[in-house]
Amino acid sequence: MDADIFALLAQDGVTNGAIYALLALALVLVFAVTRIIFIPQGEFLAWGALTMAALEAGHYPGTVWLLLGAGVITFAADLFGGASARRRLGQSALWNLVYPVAVAAILYFMPLSELPQLVRVLAVLAIVVPLGPMIYRVAFQPVAEAPVLVLLIVSVALHLLMVGVGLLIFGPEGSRTLPFSEAQLAVGTLTLSGHTLVVLVASVALIVGLYLYFGRTLGGKALMATAINRNGARLMGISPALAGRQTFFFAALIGALSGLLVAPLTTVYYDSGFLIGLKGFVAAIIGGLASYPLAAGGAVLVGLLESFSSFWASAFKDVLVFTLIIPVLMLRSLNSHHVEEEE
Amino acid sequence: MAGNVLEVKDLSVAYGKVEAVSKVSIAVGEGQIVTVIGPNGAGKTTTLSAIMGLLPSSGQVAFDGSIEQIPEVERMVVRGMNLVPEKRELFGTMSIEDNLLLGAFQRHRSGHKDHLETMEEVFTLFPRLKERRAQAAGTLSGGERQMLAVGRALMAKPKLLMLDEPSLGLAPLIVREIFRIIAELRRRGVSILLVEQNARAALQVADYAYVLENGAVKMQGEASELRNDPRVIESYLGLASKHQEMLAS
Repeated sequence: MDADIFALLAQDGVTNGAIYALLALALVLVFAVTRIIFIPQGEFLAWGALTMAALEAGHYPGTVWLLLGAGVITFAADLFGGASARRRLGQSALWNLVYPVAVAAILYFMPLSELPQLVRVLAVLAIVVPLGPMIYRVAFQPVAEAPVLVLLIVSVALHLLMVGVGLLIFGPEGSRTLPFSEAQLAVGTLTLSGHTLVVLVASVALIVGLYLYFGRTLGGKALMATAINRNGARLMGISPALAGRQTFFFAALIGALSGLLVAPLTTVYYDSGFLIGLKGFVAAIIGGLASYPLAAGGAVLVGLLESFSSFWASAFKDVLVFTLIIPVLMLRSLNSHHVEEEE
Repeated sequence: MAGNVLEVKDLSVAYGKVEAVSKVSIAVGEGQIVTVIGPNGAGKTTTLSAIMGLLPSSGQVAFDGSIEQIPEVERMVVRGMNLVPEKRELFGTMSIEDNLLLGAFQRHRSGHKDHLETMEEVFTLFPRLKERRAQAAGTLSGGERQMLAVGRALMAKPKLLMLDEPSLGLAPLIVREIFRIIAELRRRGVSILLVEQNARAALQVADYAYVLENGAVKMQGEASELRNDPRVIESYLGLASKHQEMLAS
């Protein structure tokens, strides 16, 4: 290996690592606020990428039908749910019925194949991100107080369902989308692709944005408070249901955005999200499902390990990445003390 | 009784088949301190949790003039009811200032942007919190935590403040300080429902009192009368608590 190959592999690793970092942050956030180990995180990535691919090909994306259907189911859940849900039925109708129809109608009248890239990005987010809160409302809110294991089982079931739905609406073919920038930057002997820079800048911007939201705004602090002490947050009038829906909004946003970032780098299939999500999960475990900076650092480590092992032992690259979890867990089990009851 | 901020009728709570609280009726008048005393396991905390909507219950809870069929925490907070639980439930890794700010969460959401003034008022009541405003809540002493928990609840400007064992686990001097503040809050117009094991201190500060035993109201009356009731003295104010009071003064 010479310096050029090293630089190339490092660039590749950091780029992928940035995407894993986003997914890892979403997983840590979802777990902290709702105690859900969110296996389907990667599905949002696949849906985001494939919705983008459909728009680029000028097709009317199948996820719009999904949005309409999920909206109806969510509204029905609110309609037949408890008294508190019925009190906010107007708001529910607006978000779950009116909004999806509006998105579907606007897209129907747009010349899909001629849209500028930025509008396409916004369209993808407008379609995929609202699915997050809807999924939380229907699948998790009714069992929000259940033990972590039950939530995990729901999570696995949801993953299988979402992969199946993905196959149904996108078909088995994979897609690749256009990069956000075709530019090539020569730095010494190394060529940096414009898209790599876009990935890095977008990831860092998203992380900083989340940091500011959670550190500086009352809404963000309320989510953090729910993560720290659910009972305490409830007593402040912070609804765990609302916190859950907000968290899933962020999870879907991060998932869809990372899908948009990853699709120009690799071919995305309806089931690609799972493997990419799992690598984010390895990173999240490195952060103990609790520390955001450690999770982000772990993600870059995972990315680098993956790219270098694909050079030396490409058949084993996934094996090597997932094996990383064993020493990490061993170290953690040695260092961590058992959680004691507070006071 | 007219002018009651809280009227609870025939409240029952069951954990599975075991009835923890049965047909408890409690009223809190506007600007009053009402205390519920009783031994461990009498159902005091359960009663407060059910009124707040944290536990499913049967019976009727009328708050601030309107009946809540099924009390629900978020709604009760919006309507001006606030509970300081026995465990305090602070946000340990967040600063004191952030903890207080979150106390005003619902008020802020419903359009009242006066949280900074309210925080200054809380700081005049608890100057010690002001000194340590940037410190994480988890690093505070027991007494300071209780002050923060009360201060956080006051950030919502509640009509009714429910305190669950505010003196639990605190040094006698701090207990006295806490009760001084409870009396001060009544002067500022907050109605208070106080659950206490420290019956002597509670009966001294309260206007009206209920004695809860085995999930049911056993006695009730003006606090000044219950203080001198031989049965109360025997069960709750005996020599042991006399001793405690001597330590406290």
